[in-house]
Amino acid sequence: MKKLFALILALAMVLALAACGNSGTSGSSSGSSAPAETSSSGGAAGGTVKIGVFEPQTGDNGAGGKQEILGMQYANYVQPTVEIGGATYNVELEIVDNRTTAENGPSAAAELMNRGVSVVLGSYGSGVSMAGGAVFSEAGVPAIGVTCTNPQVTDTDVYFRICFTDPFQGTILANYAYKTLGVTTAYTLAMLGSDYDQGLVYYFSEAFKGLGGTVISEDFPEGTANFVSYINNAKAAGAGAIFAPVSTNYAQLIIEAASAQSFDGGLLGSDTWDNNMVAASTVGKDVDVVVSTFYQEGADPTFDANIKAWINSNADAKTNNGGNDIVSAVSVMGYDAYFVALEALKAAGSTEPSAVLQALPGVKYEGVSGVIEFLDSGDADRDIAYIKAANTTTGDWDFVTIQQVG
Amino acid sequence: MQGLLPYLINGVSVGGQYALIAIGYTLVYGILRLINFAHGDVFMVAGLIMVYSSATMPIYLSIPLVLVLTVILGFTIERAAYKPLRTAPRMSVMISAIGVSYLIQNLAFYFTGGLPQPVTNPIPWISDNVTLFGESTKRVTLVTPFLTVALVFALVYLINNTKIGMGMRAVSKDFETAQLMGIRINSVISMTFVIGSFLAAVGAMLYFTNYPSVAITSGGMPGLKAFVAAVFGGIGSIPGAVVGAFLIGISEELIKGLGYSTFSDAFTFALLIVVLCVKPTGLFGEKVTDKV
Repeated sequence: MKKLFALILALAMVLALAACGNSGTSGSSSGSSAPAETSSSGGAAGGTVKIGVFEPQTGDNGAGGKQEILGMQYANYVQPTVEIGGATYNVELEIVDNRTTAENGPSAAAELMNRGVSVVLGSYGSGVSMAGGAVFSEAGVPAIGVTCTNPQVTDTDVYFRICFTDPFQGTILANYAYKTLGVTTAYTLAMLGSDYDQGLVYYFSEAFKGLGGTVISEDFPEGTANFVSYINNAKAAGAGAIFAPVSTNYAQLIIEAASAQSFDGGLLGSDTWDNNMVAASTVGKDVDVVVSTFYQEGADPTFDANIKAWINSNADAKTNNGGNDIVSAVSVMGYDAYFVALEALKAAGSTEPSAVLQALPGVKYEGVSGVIEFLDSGDADRDIAYIKAANTTTGDWDFVTIQQVG
Repeated sequence: MQGLLPYLINGVSVGGQYALIAIGYTLVYGILRLINFAHGDVFMVAGLIMVYSSATMPIYLSIPLVLVLTVILGFTIERAAYKPLRTAPRMSVMISAIGVSYLIQNLAFYFTGGLPQPVTNPIPWISDNVTLFGESTKRVTLVTPFLTVALVFALVYLINNTKIGMGMRAVSKDFETAQLMGIRINSVISMTFVIGSFLAAVGAMLYFTNYPSVAITSGGMPGLKAFVAAVFGGIGSIPGAVVGAFLIGISEELIKGLGYSTFSDAFTFALLIVVLCVKPTGLFGEKVTDKV
């Protein structure tokens, strides 16, 4: 009896292991199955070029990371081949899960290096990008940051980025809060140990104080679910707005707590809040959620219609998009990043990472989210951000304005 | 800090949620001398079941389903991972408990894809907003402490006035002798896990109505804090666990209110160390008399 039981337990374990193994590989197989559909046309067949995707699929940023990958997979579906040095190459996406946190970054990055990728796209978050940057730098493989906005990301010599940075985003939001919303006291909330949160709060505070406002800042430990007392602190301080550049998961909990405590000021979010699930969580609640982001659905109707058709035809894609076909800004950024990588490969004329690295600074590409050009620092030359607000009736994002600094 | 009231209300509610989990720790410890590390994960699974069931079926089906499935889970864990080790050294059972905890977390990881699951259909009525003395809060915040106290009274009645309760008291006093006296210890122990899981399920429904997002690590922090509450109150003692949980919940929220939000978790664990150093038996703990 005992032996039988031990046997069953052992079997259960083996099954569990097998199950985990499956879940690990499903991400990359869904990515690599797309390019096989179209065969190359014109030019000599040149084999395969691998583009690494360094994104979180689990953890606090898992939902956002999946949407970003979605954009890349769609781009890969639209344009599965690239001309490099006169030969046509199939493009294969190599997807690894960096699990959101910085401590998992280096091993995920090393995994990509082992798979022999020519260029890396990602990541969604800043902390994990910085952690991976050291590995990419050592291997000499260029990386294109998609939505990692902390300025320190591009301090690594191989890191470029196609999105705006936090000093810019923080200033935009501070201006919007002070000038448009007319708020003079702001309350900021950031997670302890998150480079992204802390960086953005710092730039927001600097800009807001520079305009003449007052800022009260508080931090919460990782894993916090109860934000009620933080909201009470904001109310007690007389804050007109709460600025919380936190992960999607915490954003939902903060919205819930603000609604329960009937906080009547605005809730300001950064690009991480631009997620369908965040907008959906405001339905039926008396909250004003305003976020700054990279793209607003409707800015390019043809692109929107095409990607929606693709999402609706692909059950996995729809699940990864949160079960609907709202076009997330991070998907658009993922799409643009993929094409920037293709441009760099074309310009390099080789699949060698070192050649791509040399070609990248000269790339200029007109993407869906705007013109992408790199400054000397490796950052993109961006000067606008979209401001949008959550619609508490429909659970969608409504376009508010395009904000410029100054 | 402007008004004490909102922090106090919230603190009492948080305390009530910790208390429901803490009873599970303290009951099992009282009877098996085992710290059931998987208890926090049972709580998390209850939350996940609530997410999935409330999205697909009406409320009068989903609530019983959460309770029943969680109880079955607790029962199964005991039968599968602890019962075969009844004669093994206590340390083996403890290690088995840690194993179960990680197994549950990883299975949950597999089912959820590692993403936090939002509670899209919270339980109606208790998730509505109410205003109390000019302060807005969710109704669940007010319901939690009363429900907790009512359940504790029911539990104490069960332990003091029923046959199974007498069995539980006997087993906790002396394992072997109770067995010799004809008490079916296996059913008594199973009952303990059933009660503990039931309370964890109730706690999960209240907790995830208030904080509507279930991640695979969601059981970790509440579980640890409830454990601290159980130790603080004197592990093995039910009133102790409840008082400890309320004290910890209130202190945590007051600390956040005083502006030291960064240290609210640190306080709880510093308290654990202090209690273990100064009064290892906790507030209501019984003195352990070693029989030679």
